Amino acid sequence: MDAVTLPLRPAATPAPSAERPSRLLPALLHYGVLVFLSVLCLAPIAILALTALKTEAQIFDTRWSWLFMPTLDNFRTVLGEDNSARYLGNSIVISVAATVATLLAGTMAAYALARFRFLGRAPLGYGTLLLRTLPPAVLAVPVFVIWSGWGIADTLFGVILVYTGLNLPFTIWLLYGFIEQVPPELEEAAAIDGCGPFMVFWRIVLPLLKPGLAAAAIFTFRLAWNEFILSFILTNRATRTLPAAISNYITDSGVEWGKIMAAGVLIALPPLIVTFVAAKQIITGLTAGAVKG
Amino acid sequence: MNSARLARLVPYAYIAPALAIMVVALVLPIVDAVRLGFYDWGMGTPWTTAKWVGWEAFREVLVDRAAWTSMGVTLAFVAVAVSAEMVLGVALALFLEKPVRGMRVFRTVFVLPMMIAPICVGLVWRYIFDAQFGPLNHLTSLFGLAPQAWLAEPGLAFAAMVATDIWQWTPFVFIMVLAALQGMDGSVIEASRIDGATAWQQIWRVKLPIIKPILIVTLLMRMIDGFRGLEVIYVMTFGGPGQSTELFSLHIYKAAFISQKLGYASALSVLLLVVVTVLAVAVLLVANPLRGDARRG
Repeated sequence: MDAVTLPLRPAATPAPSAERPSRLLPALLHYGVLVFLSVLCLAPIAILALTALKTEAQIFDTRWSWLFMPTLDNFRTVLGEDNSARYLGNSIVISVAATVATLLAGTMAAYALARFRFLGRAPLGYGTLLLRTLPPAVLAVPVFVIWSGWGIADTLFGVILVYTGLNLPFTIWLLYGFIEQVPPELEEAAAIDGCGPFMVFWRIVLPLLKPGLAAAAIFTFRLAWNEFILSFILTNRATRTLPAAISNYITDSGVEWGKIMAAGVLIALPPLIVTFVAAKQIITGLTAGAVKG
Repeated sequence: MNSARLARLVPYAYIAPALAIMVVALVLPIVDAVRLGFYDWGMGTPWTTAKWVGWEAFREVLVDRAAWTSMGVTLAFVAVAVSAEMVLGVALALFLEKPVRGMRVFRTVFVLPMMIAPICVGLVWRYIFDAQFGPLNHLTSLFGLAPQAWLAEPGLAFAAMVATDIWQWTPFVFIMVLAALQGMDGSVIEASRIDGATAWQQIWRVKLPIIKPILIVTLLMRMIDGFRGLEVIYVMTFGGPGQSTELFSLHIYKAAFISQKLGYASALSVLLLVVVTVLAVAVLLVANPLRGDARRG
């Protein structure tokens, strides 16, 4: 409040903006708004989960109810269907493979862009930045045509390839920011001690990138696990992922709400768990590029 | 590594895998999308039946009412949804700027709508807006309002699409702006207060100008997403009723996979690419990670 009482505060370490003595009423209002916003964020997710636990009759009741006798029937039906295990397996294989491939190739590329001055660096860098915003709808037709020509349509590999491509630009730029923060002196010292350039990369740089790698992994997994339209186009009955399989429950005669919500919960669950485990890395990834962390 | 020539190849070796994947999975398809725009070709028929038609598809796009209706829907959607998200997100961030205990939990909750699959978002909101048994009609009935066929009436369906986007993405704006505000140099605010600035003046004259680059990047990123968005609306309305919620990406999808007009779809793709690239270049002009390679404090 009164700056005169703090004449000697060093300018380099400004106090956090919470200096005003907090009174009860503003604090209550503050938390009240936060709780209200949380309810708004959570309500639709709760509706997704609760509908999945309802019987057909309860779902088609015009009065929505929060309290009812839950049933796992919808989950049992969905998981009991012939191809469910296969779709789940496909989703896992595709997300894991795309994440690993993206991290490997992305880290190496980010390292090259951040640490070396080479011919073609600028066009490569700017090209990558522009590819970040490529709309999936633009890719759908040509990727389907090209993949069909190469015989990799309807294969897991084809989906992994396009997901890795879609994730690389973001990953490269996220990790570029992290590598820039690593003091080059560390690498120089290692080089003097006789480490070759690849050794420097694996032994010195990579361990320092863990927070960035975690954020990149989460965002890559999120796209690969959640993506629907390209998977829908590029897979067949055998190679469907869970999101692409969900459309089977939307028919001309209507939506099979119980089953589709149960499938929706299965799809939503892993990202929800990841969010609770690694919210900090997600925020890092979201704000990277625009806000200097 | 005894030869200088070998050392010069090192960066290329590092970048080769990523470059190869991006060329195959992104650049080649873009080139193909442009090329297909010059052919008349139906999906599933042999490529040998494709006919070179020159600029025909592009001319068709220019005079096609459906394409421009969809572009109009997308522009209106971006204008309304993104402005609402910016205003709400910035206002909330300014109001809730002060660090409080437990903020980490709240922030985690706010991230959830962005993390779950767009297809799940579309599904659950389609159910919420359902005319017969949707929770929203039940809620409004408690206030004595008549039930609405939310997704069957063009104006209401558009509003529903906007509301869903606001639900999903306002937290993004909030988190970006909050991070910017909390990363700000506190001594500047301190100085403005000593100079007698009111809270209102601090917001308009100090805080918002300082975080302006971040606000612009956030705005542009949301606009780009508006043009890229497809999955939520695919599940929620599939563009209907009529074309009232047919975002441009969905229009491309329908042209290619429902109408099977590949040349026309490719010409639409080129138009979309131009719009998105212009916005992406604008992002680079504001926040360019390559510019001034010296590390900024």
